[in-house]
Amino acid sequence: MKSLSVSKAVTALMLAGLVLLPLYSQLSGNIFILTLFTRIIILALAAASLNLIMGFGGMMSFGHAAYLGIGGYAVGMLAQEGIGSGFIQFPVALAASAIYALVIGALSLRTRGVYFIMITLAFAQMAYYVASGLARYGGDDGLTIYNRSDFSGLINLGNRVQFYYLCLACLFGVIFLIWRIVNSRFGLVVQGLRSNEQRMQAIGFPAKRYQLVCFVISGTMCGLAGALLANNTDFVSPAVMYWTRSGDLMVMVILGGMGTLFGPVMGAVVFLLLEELLSQITEYWALIMGPLLLLIVLFGRGGIMGVLGRAGRG
Amino acid sequence: MAEPLLRVEKLVRRFGGIIATDNVSLDVASGELHAIIGPNGAGKTTLISQLTGHLAPHSGSVSLAGRDITDLPAYRRCALGLARSFQITSLLLDFTAADNVALAAQAHAGTSFRFFANARKEKGLRDAAHAALDRVGLLHRADVVVSRLSHGERRELELAVALASKPKLLLLDEPMAGLGVTESQRMVKLLQELRKEVSIVLVEHDMPAVFALADRITVLVYGRVIASGDPAAIRANEDVKRAYLGDQHVVTHHG
Repeated sequence: MKSLSVSKAVTALMLAGLVLLPLYSQLSGNIFILTLFTRIIILALAAASLNLIMGFGGMMSFGHAAYLGIGGYAVGMLAQEGIGSGFIQFPVALAASAIYALVIGALSLRTRGVYFIMITLAFAQMAYYVASGLARYGGDDGLTIYNRSDFSGLINLGNRVQFYYLCLACLFGVIFLIWRIVNSRFGLVVQGLRSNEQRMQAIGFPAKRYQLVCFVISGTMCGLAGALLANNTDFVSPAVMYWTRSGDLMVMVILGGMGTLFGPVMGAVVFLLLEELLSQITEYWALIMGPLLLLIVLFGRGGIMGVLGRAGRG
Repeated sequence: MAEPLLRVEKLVRRFGGIIATDNVSLDVASGELHAIIGPNGAGKTTLISQLTGHLAPHSGSVSLAGRDITDLPAYRRCALGLARSFQITSLLLDFTAADNVALAAQAHAGTSFRFFANARKEKGLRDAAHAALDRVGLLHRADVVVSRLSHGERRELELAVALASKPKLLLLDEPMAGLGVTESQRMVKLLQELRKEVSIVLVEHDMPAVFALADRITVLVYGRVIASGDPAAIRANEDVKRAYLGDQHVVTHHG
């Protein structure tokens, strides 16, 4: 019981911090920290969506950043064509991500293990090169978004604090949904398939259709992160879909704790803060970051959540 | 005679040059406990896998209650009332015993494309799980994670999972495998109870258990059926003695 309370306490502390951050930013006049944390929250949302298929579903997708690009380009391309309403941009971003996930998932889920990793990676790289070839929308150089999504007075995305809270609300909403899903009938089936696919088939569950639906839900959630990210940077480029970004998301999930609700959020906060701090110290920050992550993965089984759990017990 | 519950006709399965299932035909009547025995490598598990749909036969047919199921995938056969236990225990190791059984019940109780309500709080599923666990004497271990259960308990849980799907026919692939003497005796007693409720195809190496339980026995050697009949007839069959029981006696005396 005590082990639960330690990780729960740290999680609660982190969440409280996220909720109160704009207050701190206003009082201290530190605007940069608000911008940084908006980005962290959006990527935490992406990591949480990846965790749904990777941690709970056992599907190691190495192409999750593709949805960041698809969601982002949906916003950017519509803005470019004069459609600025968020009520159109966001649904289109989600729908495009869902359709991409449906097609990619239907093809990729014929494979297992390393092949699944490689094929999801290959599709994401294809998406990357397609985006690079979109001359009308900036090609390699990317696309500047001059006006953020317009929610006709409901909420102003141009206002830093409002935008921050929108992102935070999306993150909490997605985590709430994931919490409900993993405890539902559907979620138990998906987790059962991760645990023992042969057994699940034998008791009467067709594996692929459950995994595909899970894959689509996860992709759609990440498409939301993509739409938010494009608004955050006022810019979208093929680089958001590059495979290293997919790798970053995987690291966040593993670092925080696969298959836990708040692990990916923890992972995203730690990963991106480390990246920020180390890059201020030295240009070669990746040289420190790499081994550090290796150590955590090697010796901290279950990620940060796992370590917190054991710390509570020990 | 009434339609048999399970009818296997001229089933053939090859692995490369080896014929693992060679023109096997057999009928299992409703309410019967039908044992399949044979020396190691006789093709018993290969046969079971074709019955459950985990392996496709090269020719021949399998029908359940008059319906041809030869081309149906495993999960569809399960929906029609065919449940199996595995020779090598195959459970969801990171789930509790109750969760394992409840999932089997869930597969047969409406759609699982429900995303919001907590499945662990569905009374119908929990009750079914607890009933099946109680049936095999595991109720007191319901909330224990499977990886912490003993081997014997896992064998019993395999049975509970199979029972939870309310099958017409239970395919048991060596339920006694790896059990100690007392555990085996418990399993025999349990099967004696279960056979009153459900038809069973039993693949088993434990000869005393087979002869104590079976209504009919089919003997497989090198993928072929060399004899089929009631226990007394099988015991008296010279071919069986030569091909199989002799060896088995040596094995059991040493073991």
